[in-house]
Amino acid sequence: MKDIKKLSDLKPGQKAKVTELKSAGSIRRRLLDIGLIEGTEVECLLTSPSGDPTAYLVRGAVIAIRSDESSKILVCG
Amino acid sequence: MSTKLNNKSKPGSKTIALAGNPNVGKSTIFNNLTGMNQHTGNWPGKTVTTARGFCRFEGGRYTLVDLPGTYSLTANSPEEEVARDYILFHNPDALVVVCDASCLERSLKLALQAMEITDNVIVCVNLLDEAARKGISLDISALSKSLSVPVVGTVGRKKNSVKDLIKAADSLINSKTPLIPFKVTYGDALEQAIAALEPDLKTIAPKTINTRWLALQLLEEGDAFLDTANRLLSCDLSNIPEISEKLALTRATLAQQGLSGDSLRDHIAQCLTLAAEKIAVKSTRYTKQDYNAMDRKIDKILTSRLTGYPVMIALLIFVFWLTITGANYPSELLSSAFSNIEGRLSLFLQFIKTPKILYEIIIFGIYRVLSFVISVMLPPMAIFFPLFTLLEDLGYLPRVAFNLDKHFKKCSACGKQALTMCMGFGCNAAGVMGCRIIDSPRERLIAIITNNFVPCNGRFPTLIALIAMFFAAGTPSPLDALLTTLMLTGVIIFGIIITFAASKFLSLTFLKGMPSSFALELPPFRRPQLGKILVRSVFDRILFVLGRAAAVAAPAGLFIWTMANVKINGATLLSLASGLLDPFARLLGIDGVILLAFILGLPANEIVIPIIIMSYISAGTITEPGSLQTVREILVSNGWTPLTAANTILLCLMHWPCSTTLITIKKETGSLKWTVLSFILPAIFGMTACFVLTTLCRLIF
Repeated sequence: MKDIKKLSDLKPGQKAKVTELKSAGSIRRRLLDIGLIEGTEVECLLTSPSGDPTAYLVRGAVIAIRSDESSKILVCG
Repeated sequence: MSTKLNNKSKPGSKTIALAGNPNVGKSTIFNNLTGMNQHTGNWPGKTVTTARGFCRFEGGRYTLVDLPGTYSLTANSPEEEVARDYILFHNPDALVVVCDASCLERSLKLALQAMEITDNVIVCVNLLDEAARKGISLDISALSKSLSVPVVGTVGRKKNSVKDLIKAADSLINSKTPLIPFKVTYGDALEQAIAALEPDLKTIAPKTINTRWLALQLLEEGDAFLDTANRLLSCDLSNIPEISEKLALTRATLAQQGLSGDSLRDHIAQCLTLAAEKIAVKSTRYTKQDYNAMDRKIDKILTSRLTGYPVMIALLIFVFWLTITGANYPSELLSSAFSNIEGRLSLFLQFIKTPKILYEIIIFGIYRVLSFVISVMLPPMAIFFPLFTLLEDLGYLPRVAFNLDKHFKKCSACGKQALTMCMGFGCNAAGVMGCRIIDSPRERLIAIITNNFVPCNGRFPTLIALIAMFFAAGTPSPLDALLTTLMLTGVIIFGIIITFAASKFLSLTFLKGMPSSFALELPPFRRPQLGKILVRSVFDRILFVLGRAAAVAAPAGLFIWTMANVKINGATLLSLASGLLDPFARLLGIDGVILLAFILGLPANEIVIPIIIMSYISAGTITEPGSLQTVREILVSNGWTPLTAANTILLCLMHWPCSTTLITIKKETGSLKWTVLSFILPAIFGMTACFVLTTLCRLIF
């Protein structure tokens, strides 16, 4: 079993699997819509020049998420 | 051209609706089928309303409806609600779900949701060419087998390819045997709950409503869905005790099994996603391991810490430089042609013995305003617009939003505001309408109210002309264009900084609140359709500007001429009006005529400079305005200094929105209060800036 960490801790190039969504409300639904469910593999791709948001590869699409939100997504790997 | 927003279709025609994820090329398919020019662009959320068009196929007449792009049909956002409600309440004869071939799984999720609502689904796998380039091949017949609905593979920009789609829709609509699409199953607990509710719902639901879907929504959303359900069933479910009691009971049973609220929603999302994944895997083959490598490389350059901002500014400078240098030649050509024609027109009018007053109205009033707008304002617009559309089609704009998001967050605003600002460069009214892509109502209002700080296409030429005349004049030839470009870029960046300041100000005062969550898709880069861009620029810009020039500039010219010639107690109306404004205008470092021109320019910003020139000319100067050089002489002889020009530039950047934009703001916000604030806020910013600059200059010099 590997360590559980926040999605926001991933560095560009690193991959991990989603273990839990702690987000609430409409962003939670949005994340589910793009297929960010338990077990989904996520790859950290790019960080904005100013450090936030960060873009992740989720099920073939590139999605930018603010660190406020990605810190509420738990991943392992 | 009949893109109507109402819900009528042509009598006797069948309706085909297009649904799909954002940015999968729905609008391109729609345009190709209907021959219309619905604006497409490579960023999510381009279609903000449902567009409508018509097409024929083998004698059948079809009304096509382009629904806004959505990630799901659960009505999370206004666009989703528009799309879902259209399918529910208008019952299209066929629903085409457009999918992205290179991101099939996510598209399929929407298709699976659509297949829960209606049986008449056709899946269209679009962007096959793009997928092929990435080494992704699709087994269309396997996909059709898995989904049990017709599947058509298309390349949206090719006419022949979309014909297959209309053919499939035609045969589906005319087919006698109903489709039984594949349905996602949700595990024993939820399936039992659905089975418990469905029979009772069947007794009251109209035939067109899928009761399985209805039961699922009632279980998932509970009271939040009741209103829609009641409208669908045309009854009040809470008045039907058998159903409302059974619903409460099954929900309670599900809750005992750990399925309620977020956990139930997660469970449903999981089942859907896994089903879509399974089907996608079965019908997709990847031949290149790293099929997105090129996009990633480009993204690194466009968004890295080192190069992200420099590339953004360099692109801005490059686009402006091309616009300014490119516009010079046609501008000169047009203006000499117009003065040539003026000579002939004048001779002709004298020849037919036109009365002096009519002659002056035609030549000095109408003709000169029109020729100024066309020769000075039109060329930069005609060049800037396609260049900007090119960046949009390539997919660069979402990267701008990505780069700038942190600054918007600091102002408690949304990063997507960067996209609406980019639209504002083209037209502020379009920018305001585009604000629908912002989910949070508070952040949407901020974006709407501040959109005017981005100078639109109609204000660009004014800025360019003023900079060229007063700040770059006298510099040797290739350098003056460069100098103008750099100064224009400075003005635009100043406008962007003011946008941030105004957004922050609104977040602290009228629109208090915290930044909401932000998730933005960075779509794959696409090869732009150069031909389409050019055609669209001609129709959207050149013809539009010409039309507006005729509709607004000509009457304005007539109006000004009349004001300059009708006298009350020996003073012309124009001098009375500008005299009234003059004391206040002097505080801002301009004169009454300039302020009056901005007021009269409310219908269209293009006519501000021509009004100023005409007012001066009619007040005594006889010089004929031809080139920018003579315009400069007219302005200088009327007391213009570089300070006057700087203040006029500031006011051009920051004053009230044009009337079209104001009407759009009223429509979008539905509130007079926000419309008034959108009028006052930029005006106060602009006037304050002018006042401060003028006072400082007067103190120093």
